[in-house]
Amino acid sequence: MENVQCQCGHTNPPGTKLCESCGRSLTEKDQNSKLVDMRYEGTARRSQTYNKSIIDKIWNFFSSVKVGVSIIVILLVAAAIGTILPQQAFVPASTEATIKAYYADTYGSVGRVYHALGFHDLYSSYWFITLVGMLAISLVIASLDRFVPLYKSLKNQRVLRHPSFMDKQRIYGSGAGSEDTLEKAEAKLKELKYKVRTDKSGLLAEKGRFSRWGPYVNHIGLIIFLFGVMLRMMPGFYVDETLWLREGETRAIPEVPGYYLENKNFKLETYTGEGEDAKFGEAIDRVGTVVKNYQTDIVLYQEPEDSLPGATDNLEVVQEYPIRVNQPLKFDGYAVYQMDYKLNELKAMTFALTNKETEESLGELTIDLINPAELYELETGSTVELLGYYPDFSGFEDGEPQTATPLPNNPGFLVKLTTPETPEGETSFITIQNTVEPLGENQYKLTFQNADTRNVSGLTVRKDSTLPILGLGGLIFMIGVAQGMYFNHRRFWIQQKADGTILLAGHTNKNWFGLKKDLDRVVESAKLPAYTDQQDEIDKKEKAEKEGEISS
Amino acid sequence: MTVKKKKRSYVRAAILLVMAGAIVFTIYNSFAGGKSELLQVGDEAPDFALVDLEGKKHQLSDYQGQGVFVNFWGTWCKPCEKEFPLMENQYQVYKDQGVQILAVNIAQSDYEVRQFAEQRDLTFPIVIDKTKSVMEAYNIRPLPTTLLVNPEGKITKIITGEMSEEDIASYMEEIKPE
Repeated sequence: MENVQCQCGHTNPPGTKLCESCGRSLTEKDQNSKLVDMRYEGTARRSQTYNKSIIDKIWNFFSSVKVGVSIIVILLVAAAIGTILPQQAFVPASTEATIKAYYADTYGSVGRVYHALGFHDLYSSYWFITLVGMLAISLVIASLDRFVPLYKSLKNQRVLRHPSFMDKQRIYGSGAGSEDTLEKAEAKLKELKYKVRTDKSGLLAEKGRFSRWGPYVNHIGLIIFLFGVMLRMMPGFYVDETLWLREGETRAIPEVPGYYLENKNFKLETYTGEGEDAKFGEAIDRVGTVVKNYQTDIVLYQEPEDSLPGATDNLEVVQEYPIRVNQPLKFDGYAVYQMDYKLNELKAMTFALTNKETEESLGELTIDLINPAELYELETGSTVELLGYYPDFSGFEDGEPQTATPLPNNPGFLVKLTTPETPEGETSFITIQNTVEPLGENQYKLTFQNADTRNVSGLTVRKDSTLPILGLGGLIFMIGVAQGMYFNHRRFWIQQKADGTILLAGHTNKNWFGLKKDLDRVVESAKLPAYTDQQDEIDKKEKAEKEGEISS
Repeated sequence: MTVKKKKRSYVRAAILLVMAGAIVFTIYNSFAGGKSELLQVGDEAPDFALVDLEGKKHQLSDYQGQGVFVNFWGTWCKPCEKEFPLMENQYQVYKDQGVQILAVNIAQSDYEVRQFAEQRDLTFPIVIDKTKSVMEAYNIRPLPTTLLVNPEGKITKIITGEMSEEDIASYMEEIKPE
């Protein structure tokens, strides 16, 4: 493409619609139209000009507002579809295979497709991230493509424009003027806080140019916001982990290197309806129990600087703290919240060694289900030897008792009972409410006495270092919106021809009413010729023609 | 003008490349799950120190110069149970050739682990990760997971799931010192 030479002698880059220097229309279409298109000041936008190389083509694709809006619409529709079935974080399955099976089993073929397309974990699915990334590209390119020429053009604008530029402005007027008209107009415009530049027998008054940058500022805000979201996916910036901690346990905190938590005690308190709580009595009667407090008393430990994972004998206490709902434990940028609980998990079981016939007890023993001992000696000289322990007994396989998990949900014990009466020992396999005697009838048995339980706290570990970035992005976005919405860029061009005729034109990016109000004051004080709003006239004419068509 | 055009074209290509790179990077991170220090083949194996059933401390770095076969397991895990006798067989073959096994149990009681080892006559060291801190440092998810650490202390393979005896033999061969 070739540069465009204007009648005034200025050479414009290819694709320019209005001469950069004098404002003459350069294309036939613009020359024939009643009003000029002032968007982007008639400058050449890259995307509208070149379309040869592959880079041009990609650039042009992303610079299109239509493409940008389409991406937003697709994202919204996808996000909406993502709410139809539960996201994977909320389904009762944890491994990839079981999650896949869950969707297929629960929702049939719909679930299968849903899972295959990645809707089950939408925000992490590669195509969703790609679309968000494309939106970011679109924001950057569409902004650059418009901002750069607009900025250049506004920076280099001339005071004197060609009459054909002036009379194609929406606000236009011409008529006789006196010698001091320009001076008076300049004084009044300055009083109205316009920046006024003069050149020979003309002036350009301008106000609020910065409002033109509003859309680009708010795009910068969005880009910063998306950058923050991107950082979230990087290690170390964002942590959201669940930790189930049983009373008495000390565990490394997931994703928090070097720190450990011990659960001293979990308690769940309810309103009693008595004493201080008496005022709640009525409500409690109506709805049943009402929880007052969920609390985990924890100890936070830190391992010494040079310590290795696994070496936990030298942990240092950092602090003790009661974690309650909305009162998280905070340390080193992390927060640990009380989120969930399980009450009464088995912890220890007490049995009596009894003679099956006489029901006489030879003493009691307590088996710690978390850390069982091998041999239990009773005062009577009898012993109970633990031959095998199956914390979550799930049946036999090849005659061997099996355990499904390491948690004492359904403890099974293979024990050898030795009493003075049976020095050889008797073997028995015990589960809750069931005893099997694999090697023949026994004289003695273990009788269940009672069980100790403990509670489990469900804690959530959180850290989000991207919040300041997201906040900054949001703030810049809002500044951009305010800049573009609540301010307008107003310009007046006034020039006096050699014969004394005044030409007057005005333009604003929004709020024409405000522009006219300003102009009315200038017209009054400087005795400028009357102006018309050419757009109004075109509208009126079209309306009249339409009505004419209807009536005829 | 052509120089200017060319320059502009480079700038545009650069902008597109940077942004496409950011997308790819984000997708990669998202698939890595945002986990800190996700271990990969070629990484230095994080050092750890755990105590075995006899009360003896085993520190990974003490075995520098030997190949270490680090196996994470639990007594409830069926594939772990199946591969243990196979590991024991191969341990007998390779222990004199500079290959060590460290079987890391996930936070179970001494009793359960001892019982399990005694029933199967296991002779390689079995250590217990009582606070799950080593599991955390190694980001272990499924059991069993086996890591091969070469004599230089680098991870050469990460195996999740059950191994056959041939697999185990070939892995030990792989990390055997020269």
